[in-house]
Amino acid sequence: MSFLEVRNLSARVKGGGPLLRDVFLTVEVGEVRGLVGESGAGKSMIGKAILGILPKAVEITGGQIVLDGTDLLTLPPAVRRMKVGATCALIPQDPLTALNPSRRIGAQITDRLVDILGWTRQRAEERALALLGEVQITNPARVLRQYPHELSGGMRQRILIASAFAAEPKLIVADEPTTALDVTVQKQILKLIAALQARHGTALLFVTHDLGVVSKVCQNLSVLYAGKVVEDSAVADFFRAPKHPYSAALLAATPKYTDPFAGLQPVPEAVIAAVRAEVEHG
Amino acid sequence: MAEGRFQVRRRAGLRLWLSAAWLILLVMVALFAPYIASKDPLEQDLFAGRLPPFWVHGADASFLLGTDSLGRDVLSRIIFGTRIALGVAVVSASFTCVIGAALGLLAGFYRGWVDVLVSRFIDIWMAFPPVLFSILLIAVIGPGLFSIILAIVVIDWTRFARVIRAEAMAQGAMDYVASARVAGRGRLGILLREILPNVLPIIVVLLTLEMGIAVIVEAILSFVNLSISTDDPTWGGMISEGRTSIHQAWWVLVFPLITLFLTVLSFSQLGEGLKDRFDPVLR
Repeated sequence: MSFLEVRNLSARVKGGGPLLRDVFLTVEVGEVRGLVGESGAGKSMIGKAILGILPKAVEITGGQIVLDGTDLLTLPPAVRRMKVGATCALIPQDPLTALNPSRRIGAQITDRLVDILGWTRQRAEERALALLGEVQITNPARVLRQYPHELSGGMRQRILIASAFAAEPKLIVADEPTTALDVTVQKQILKLIAALQARHGTALLFVTHDLGVVSKVCQNLSVLYAGKVVEDSAVADFFRAPKHPYSAALLAATPKYTDPFAGLQPVPEAVIAAVRAEVEHG
Repeated sequence: MAEGRFQVRRRAGLRLWLSAAWLILLVMVALFAPYIASKDPLEQDLFAGRLPPFWVHGADASFLLGTDSLGRDVLSRIIFGTRIALGVAVVSASFTCVIGAALGLLAGFYRGWVDVLVSRFIDIWMAFPPVLFSILLIAVIGPGLFSIILAIVVIDWTRFARVIRAEAMAQGAMDYVASARVAGRGRLGILLREILPNVLPIIVVLLTLEMGIAVIVEAILSFVNLSISTDDPTWGGMISEGRTSIHQAWWVLVFPLITLFLTVLSFSQLGEGLKDRFDPVLR
């Protein structure tokens, strides 16, 4: 059995239309799975549903989220929170709002280790120091005493990555972790996430709209359209021969490194109509 | 650039220190009033009525800032009035702050029915005319120090609740709150450890502003004779008495007025100065 199995998960905006339709998704121990889709396809929603941070306006209407053998949706909130807190972590999208502006970096990394996982303060501080070193922050002892506004966006994202790995989680959800950064920093951050993932053997659910990122980091990927998984493939197979016509069109719409000035192909309307009909009616 | 920032900080520092100095002086004066005041603030001397301040011709040097129409020493009355003004300010602003901030935080962070309940309550509450409300309140429970404090708390908690609700709501939408939830922190833990530190600078500013407002409200209620007994020296009461003799003895009105003005100004500047100094985002 997979470490994480999302089975037939459906969700909708309260009193509105569906956001997720019978989503099926698995992440094995140590696997890196990409979750791609266009804006509004619901890719972030899946990550949030797993971690239990869905907006209040969204309700889950059916399905299961089985983490390590337990269906999270059947657990009482407090138990679920502890379970998720002990086994999962989040690398958020926007490093500028993901750190508390009025608390020092050190406290923000160590607090959860001490308060929630019951580490000693000293052990947590040593761990934070070691991790900041791992994400290649020079002078980590000083950074631990600083406030977020004293650091650059790239530095903050490194800190968030360090913080995500701090409690040795089994699964990390990375919610478009490079979208808010500029391209040169993006590449470093991707390398860093990949390196830490490999070293710690953490399973990673990588939410992104960037197929280039997927090809670099992931082993498998799921393609989401309008809240439904339309393709589930190994990355190598996907880039060689995508199974679903929508995936093929999506791939054709991505700029090629080998020929960047070849005309980009927008996803043809016929493909969109077909995939929409498929998603909505069966 | 660096120089400009430095200058802003220095100005903020000056503002902070001047207002703090005035308020510390007031606290000292309030604490040691009996030792500082040269006269008994209640003692009347009808032969020494309406004596002018010391630099005006015809003054009696033992009454530095002159006397009122009953011959009571203006300076001594201001000094003893400080006790009531500061007492009312600190006590009423603290209660206002605790009640308003708590409700605002709960409404802004928990949202849902708590928010609906608190927000509608605030709307209804604010529809009452505040002055009428306080006069009514005091008419019902009778005048006195307790009534003034109660009137201020009952009227002004909405100011805190509104502002802090909005701020808590903005902070609650930040990613760091989601991160804390993923880490396993409960709602109350997030509210106290993540949201509260970010709302604190605003609470401090509101608190000091509220102290200034409390001083004014106390003065207004004294002015309309709804404060404590008219014999007891209050700044508002003195201003009210001085108004009737403004043409014969301006000093009875002007000195308590200046004191009141400086105090209210100092409270508001203290708040701004503290915010500039301690808000890590601005720093």
